[in-house]
Amino acid sequence: MMAKNNSQFSSARGGLNSQFFAFVKKEFHHILRDRRTILILLVMPIVQIILFGFAISNEVKDTPMAILDTSKDEATRQITEQLAASKFFTLVSELHSTEEIEKAFQKGNVKLVVVFSDSFQHNQFHTGDAAVQIIADASDPNQASTFTNYASNIINTAYLDLASKAQNSSGNIRPLRIIPEIKMLYNPQMKGAYSFVPGVMGLVLVLITAMMTSISIVREKEMGTMEVLLVSPMKPIHIILAKITPYFALSIINLITILLLSVFVLGVPIKGSLTLLILLSLLFIFVGLSLGIMVSNIVKTQVAAMLISGVVLIMPAMMLSGMMFPIESMPKILQWLSVIPPNRWYVDGVIKLMIQGVGFQFVIKEFVILSFMAVLLMFVSLKRFSIRMN
Amino acid sequence: MLKFLLEKEFKQLFRNTFIPKLIIAMPIMVMLVFPWVTNQSIKNIQLSIVDYDHSSFSARLTNKLTASGFFKLANYPASSNEAMQSVEVGNSDVIFEIPLGFEKDLHQSGAAQVMISPNAVNGVKGGLGSAYLASIVNDFAVELSAEQGNQMQLSLVHPQFKFNPTLDYKAFMIPALFVMLLTLLTGFLPALNIVGEKELGTTEQLNVTPMNKAVFILAKLIPYWIVGILILTITMGLASLIYGLNPASYFTIYLYTIVYTLAVSGLGIIISNYSDTMQQAMFVMFFFVLIIILISGLYTPVSSMPKWAQYITAFNPLKYFMEVMRAVYLKGSGMRELLPQFFALCGFAVFFNVWAVLSYKKSQ
Repeated sequence: MMAKNNSQFSSARGGLNSQFFAFVKKEFHHILRDRRTILILLVMPIVQIILFGFAISNEVKDTPMAILDTSKDEATRQITEQLAASKFFTLVSELHSTEEIEKAFQKGNVKLVVVFSDSFQHNQFHTGDAAVQIIADASDPNQASTFTNYASNIINTAYLDLASKAQNSSGNIRPLRIIPEIKMLYNPQMKGAYSFVPGVMGLVLVLITAMMTSISIVREKEMGTMEVLLVSPMKPIHIILAKITPYFALSIINLITILLLSVFVLGVPIKGSLTLLILLSLLFIFVGLSLGIMVSNIVKTQVAAMLISGVVLIMPAMMLSGMMFPIESMPKILQWLSVIPPNRWYVDGVIKLMIQGVGFQFVIKEFVILSFMAVLLMFVSLKRFSIRMN
Repeated sequence: MLKFLLEKEFKQLFRNTFIPKLIIAMPIMVMLVFPWVTNQSIKNIQLSIVDYDHSSFSARLTNKLTASGFFKLANYPASSNEAMQSVEVGNSDVIFEIPLGFEKDLHQSGAAQVMISPNAVNGVKGGLGSAYLASIVNDFAVELSAEQGNQMQLSLVHPQFKFNPTLDYKAFMIPALFVMLLTLLTGFLPALNIVGEKELGTTEQLNVTPMNKAVFILAKLIPYWIVGILILTITMGLASLIYGLNPASYFTIYLYTIVYTLAVSGLGIIISNYSDTMQQAMFVMFFFVLIIILISGLYTPVSSMPKWAQYITAFNPLKYFMEVMRAVYLKGSGMRELLPQFFALCGFAVFFNVWAVLSYKKSQ
């Protein structure tokens, strides 16, 4: 071992490169030695992409529905049929009294109850006070308003059909119809994956570049081996570069895995330019690595590095990047804060490049902001690092 | 025996400078900030209206759309290309297009089309926006028909929102945030505990004592039980003070929390038993917690998942606890309606803790 080291150092005097690579090799050994962590780092994005790509969806379908129909005439029968036939609703029970409504909701197996007024068909054409009441379990407000709107559209359409028929036979003027043709842009199947893939990319990259890097640098400090490295003939900047190289490689591997999985398994296309997407990701990886170095400058222990990167970097990356929760629904003060996490800009850029497939002029803003962050963070963290050296 | 072990655990817990602060500060921070962040309520949908028809009907329809109060009018682009550009730069979320001949078609054939194109990258917004637009269009058709002399009933459908009539998203998310907090704190802290002792070398000393493995694990669990109840009390107090939310039954909430914390702390201890370093325990826990939180129904409804994923959620303790919290807070349900969840959680608690005891090795 000694002999090997000596030869490396002597050859290092000849060329900076081989010395640098010896350090990089040491870092790779550090990472590869902890099998379980590396396994998680490589498997985590795969599990996340697959699970969330398929499982996470806000699509309203098969909403359990109950009917309370005291009229039981042709009109209510047709409307009920139309509702039950749609993919949005499944008829699970027929109630017989208003008291049963509360019970059905409490048991939690019904999310929607459709109540027809008495003598529905007769009233709708004669007295004009027929009514359909849609009672929705509004615990989840978005789901409730979406399926209520769906139900109301189906009922209205069925009603117009009935009115057409009735008035055709009586020779009156037909009611007018306006048919809305709905075309979902960019995401025709309403897959959750479309909004989730960019978010997972940002999250995984920040986890590796910032959290892992900071922990690994701090570990050397904690164990006292940093001192040893610093007295070697390497410049501090080269030590840091050697430290971050394996994490850079790991990020690239994860980036490639995620992109391959999302294209071939989830069917999320890369609509825009792949080159731009990779450039943007490299820029973001650079920002993440700078953040990692910065955290390692501030803290002294591994646990502190974990907690700081967890609370200051990972949490905002999930909550404020628009990955899970829409930024425009937040109060103004949080909207202002949301410009700080770099993930916000990366996720925005990836959505534009990957899913919307827009040209370069639409992502200039994201590129400029991330470049600015990268330069600033790298400058600050390296500056602090060299000060500490002296 | 248990008494001395507990004394040791509590001393260690409170001697740590960081953890007691975390137990107090984190619930406060989460309750102050997260209800606002997790607000997925859809408002300010930016609408672009392209009117190729320029007729009195299209003008009336345009008015009806803008007057609904649900949409914010972004612009009136002259063409659909222009509207698409507006979507691409992010200025508008939905395009509503009235084609040429809209009024003429209605007069002549009694039917006309309109085009609704939402940006569906955000699925909720796209779905809700287009459903809402379609229902306004439907209302307009009925209104026009009535004017033409048809006997039409104008407002046929009356929606009623139960349990959360103001459609307040915070009321939906806050009970879920309790669950998230309890999972993070009473899951992560035990996960770091035993492995921390391993790293320090103090487990060696405990292992040579005649203590029983089960008693040892129990002594590890009880402090987190108390921590869990403390966290729950703080968060419930804040929810009541700041957001005016109160549960239907405190007894139900505490009972289920006691069982749930036991289950999650057990999971933490299992991970701790199998880990060699704190960093490793941390990453493994992170991996599991992220998955169980995201497929619990906290973020997207379980009913929207494909069938196979719904079967997986049956093995997720968080899902049951989430259902309980939301049912008690929003629907006012009690023990009677929530018995299946109670048995499920008890099952998890027993399973995880038996495993925790079995996987703790006194000898290396």
